[in-house]
Amino acid sequence: MSKTVKEEIFIEKKVIGKNVEKYDGLPLAVGNPLFTDDIFLPNMLYGKFLLSPYPHAEIVEIDESEALKIPGVKLILSYKNTPRIPHTTAGQGYPEPSPYDHFMFDKKVRYVGDRVCAVCAESIEIAEEAISKIKVTYKELPYVLDPEEAMKGEVIIHDEEETTGIYDKKRNIISHVELNIGDFEKDFSKSYYKIEKEFFITQPVQHTPIETHIAITYFDEYGNLVVRTSTQVPFHIRRILSRILEFPMNKIRVIKPRVGGGFGVKQEMVLEDVCALMTIRTKRPVRIEYTRKEEFIASRLRHPSKIWISLGADKSGKLNAIQMKVLLNNGGYGTHGPTVLFNSGSKTLPLYNKAESVSFIGDAVYTNLPVSGAFRGYGATNGYFALESAMDDLAELIGIDPIELRKINHIKEGETSPVFEKLGEGREGVVQYIESSALSECIDLGKKIIEWERWRGKRVRNGSFVRGVGMAIMMQGSGIPLIDMASARVKLNDDGTFHLFVGATDIGTGSDTVLAQILAEEIGVSYDKVKVYSSDTDFTPFDTGAYASSTTYVSGGAVQKAGKLIKEKILEYAAKILEEYPEDLKIEDDFVISQLTQKRISLREIGEKSFYSFEQEQIEVTASFVSPKSPPPFAAHFVLIDVDLETGKIIPIKYVAINDIGTVVHPNLAKGQVIGSIVQGLGYALTEELIYSNRGVPLNPNFLDYKVLTALDIPEIIVKFIETYEPTGPFGLKSVAEININGPAPAIRNAFLDATGIKLNSLPFTPEKVFKVINKIKIEVKKNLHN
Amino acid sequence: MLVKFILNGEDVAFDAYPGETLFELLRRNHHTEVKGNNCKTGECGACTVLIDGEPVPSCTYLAGKINGKNVITVKGIGDYDNPNIIQKIFVEEGAIQCGYCIPGIIISVKNLLDKVSNPTEEDIKIALSSHICRCTGYVQQIDATKKLIEIMKGEKK
Ligand code: FES
Ligand code: FES
Repeated sequence: MSKTVKEEIFIEKKVIGKNVEKYDGLPLAVGNPLFTDDIFLPNMLYGKFLLSPYPHAEIVEIDESEALKIPGVKLILSYKNTPRIPHTTAGQGYPEPSPYDHFMFDKKVRYVGDRVCAVCAESIEIAEEAISKIKVTYKELPYVLDPEEAMKGEVIIHDEEETTGIYDKKRNIISHVELNIGDFEKDFSKSYYKIEKEFFITQPVQHTPIETHIAITYFDEYGNLVVRTSTQVPFHIRRILSRILEFPMNKIRVIKPRVGGGFGVKQEMVLEDVCALMTIRTKRPVRIEYTRKEEFIASRLRHPSKIWISLGADKSGKLNAIQMKVLLNNGGYGTHGPTVLFNSGSKTLPLYNKAESVSFIGDAVYTNLPVSGAFRGYGATNGYFALESAMDDLAELIGIDPIELRKINHIKEGETSPVFEKLGEGREGVVQYIESSALSECIDLGKKIIEWERWRGKRVRNGSFVRGVGMAIMMQGSGIPLIDMASARVKLNDDGTFHLFVGATDIGTGSDTVLAQILAEEIGVSYDKVKVYSSDTDFTPFDTGAYASSTTYVSGGAVQKAGKLIKEKILEYAAKILEEYPEDLKIEDDFVISQLTQKRISLREIGEKSFYSFEQEQIEVTASFVSPKSPPPFAAHFVLIDVDLETGKIIPIKYVAINDIGTVVHPNLAKGQVIGSIVQGLGYALTEELIYSNRGVPLNPNFLDYKVLTALDIPEIIVKFIETYEPTGPFGLKSVAEININGPAPAIRNAFLDATGIKLNSLPFTPEKVFKVINKIKIEVKKNLHN
Repeated sequence: MLVKFILNGEDVAFDAYPGETLFELLRRNHHTEVKGNNCKTGECGACTVLIDGEPVPSCTYLAGKINGKNVITVKGIGDYDNPNIIQKIFVEEGAIQCGYCIPGIIISVKNLLDKVSNPTEEDIKIALSSHICRCTGYVQQIDATKKLIEIMKGEKK
């Protein structure tokens, strides 16, 4: 076990660390009506969007006359009859760091898939028919798909006056960052070993949550607008809706039922505004869902990017200077642009804190492609592909083992990086020292399990297959420091059980379960004594939402605090009944027990008395937590691959992920987060890519042509945790949700380098691409032989 | 058009619209245990049900053809008060995250366990491969199925 493990971890825990039954597990397994769509409302109308077929065009005329004649068509919304209030669709804390460049509907469309108008009708079929009858006259505008082209400013994508927060409209730059620590040029030039401006490309990929975006809106009996929606950010949705619909916030209730996956794409308002406006105008329940195709083109993507890396090291391999230049293609709108951009540096560069000079330069740029937004990993994924690949190239140059190189340079416990302070989420960050890290141990264990020495550099052949092994290390964060806030409310019932109300948003991660564990542990009761209600803006206290790997850490912090407070209240109350001092009492196994006299009273009795007979009051507390820091979890990934030289196919054979996530609260759920993340990352590395025509038309927006991995495509995956104790986290925990998606792309790239000596710097590594590269090299070798 | 079939062991008669899929028909009749505001093209497997003992994505099956057939949804395999062992083990093994894919997957696992006497890991992967699960990465689902196979072997002894 890690040297970082402090005494605390040995205090016996009763609920934390146990595989308690997932709160919603059985209801989900039997198919209970839990999701947005599973509740039927009478009298419901259906909404449907007309999406732009052009990458860039002005809408000259929308002729709705034919469509409105169809019986059952209730309403058509477009720029002509909707409020024009600039906003961002990003579900972020207020004020949002993303620019206000979006209108409910606009006179202009900026990508294939942009909203033109929307029909509300008695059935989805009628809505679809109406869509086909609407005649739109467009004036096509010149368009630009490449960010470097876009920065020349020949085509301007956002020329409207009302926008705010855009860095440079004339050059389509949403956000620009330049960070200089030390003197990069000087330190780089004096470096003995140099990797200079190595260049990496990442592709657009889609989250493909298995449930697409869906919202159902209606008025309740009191005139409240109820929004039942598949979202990661119910409170942000309420706030944004209130502003852009000019509807009182306290009359809007956002309910998040079970969500069929999010991964970042539901940290975004893509349907709720139009759905809600349809309900306001028709006074009837309205439902809008995206089809799979719409989900691909009109929701959000991971940013396609170009990244340049320069690394300078001295003779021993110690890094002197790191430079990262990032160019993000944000598509037609700037949502999440600034923060993803900052994160691609802030979550990666502190990992190698030995470098005296760090230079980070980046731009997030508008183009006429579909929109990029938040996606698990949030910029770090792109950044790590470049950084961890370049690290292997540096190791090759120096002639040392890449593991050695990383061990010399990675950040360790007690250390800090100036990047933490200088680079936050779209703004400055906070000073931060690493208080828990078992990264070195993670590397050692992974190296052993993958049998590094056995495979590395051996290029074992088997027919047309050649074997290689590669690795990568990474860190992420846990919540956004000094921004993310969560709260929890706990009440004691008359049967001695507790109700926990949290704004935290379980999107399938199991956070309801984990938060109940934290509360049960803190109070000293069993897990089944806690019942959780989460994410209903009318009934649960505020929480920023499920993103930035924040739920277990930040919302968990609030829950632990609430647990402490209610425990105090219960002990004070019990002290009066038992005629003891609260300090002498403790809660154990559903009883309050005096350590002095062994007098005891059950929580049930306390609950009952508090309701009916003695100093009557509801024993209840609320607590909030803002994270002062964002302690990074760490991971080391190793992969063994076979490359088929005849087909170009890369086959991962074995994948090993060793994680330091602090205390493991629920081993099974944590493991699930790690594996799910890895498999998503493997898809990113090997098969997934949204492809566009040269007019910006998405060509493969369906599951047949966009290849998500299935059970047949996955390697053996070994996951292990090395527990540490993070002093700032509840019970020593850190986050787990995002970090593991960052490893597969660089680890596979590095394994391919080991197997073939070829550097693949452009994702994804599809057989076609790999085959071409291998073949080109074969031809060159032949040519050289002839010369 | 009136269609009559057996649904989870009960005779039912539903009115099917022209062109309606079985998926739409089931959901319209409040069988929300069949999930799938999703692909609607048979590619993700979320809406899978058993029709005469074969797993079929209900979103690509015309409701009009269902007359006289035997349909089983995940509710026919087990419900909250009386869950099937597959459902219990899936919960236990952490094979469920968001759960949206799970009703379909449980149908396929049930079909595998019913039909193949001693399924190999490859058999399990093939059975699962008609389903997309974006959350779990499949490993815990494969492990859960292996565990079920062990349990069933034990029962046979
Ligand atoms: S919704 Fe039927 S297979 Fe995807
Ligand atoms: S558990 Fe979410 S898609 Fe399978």
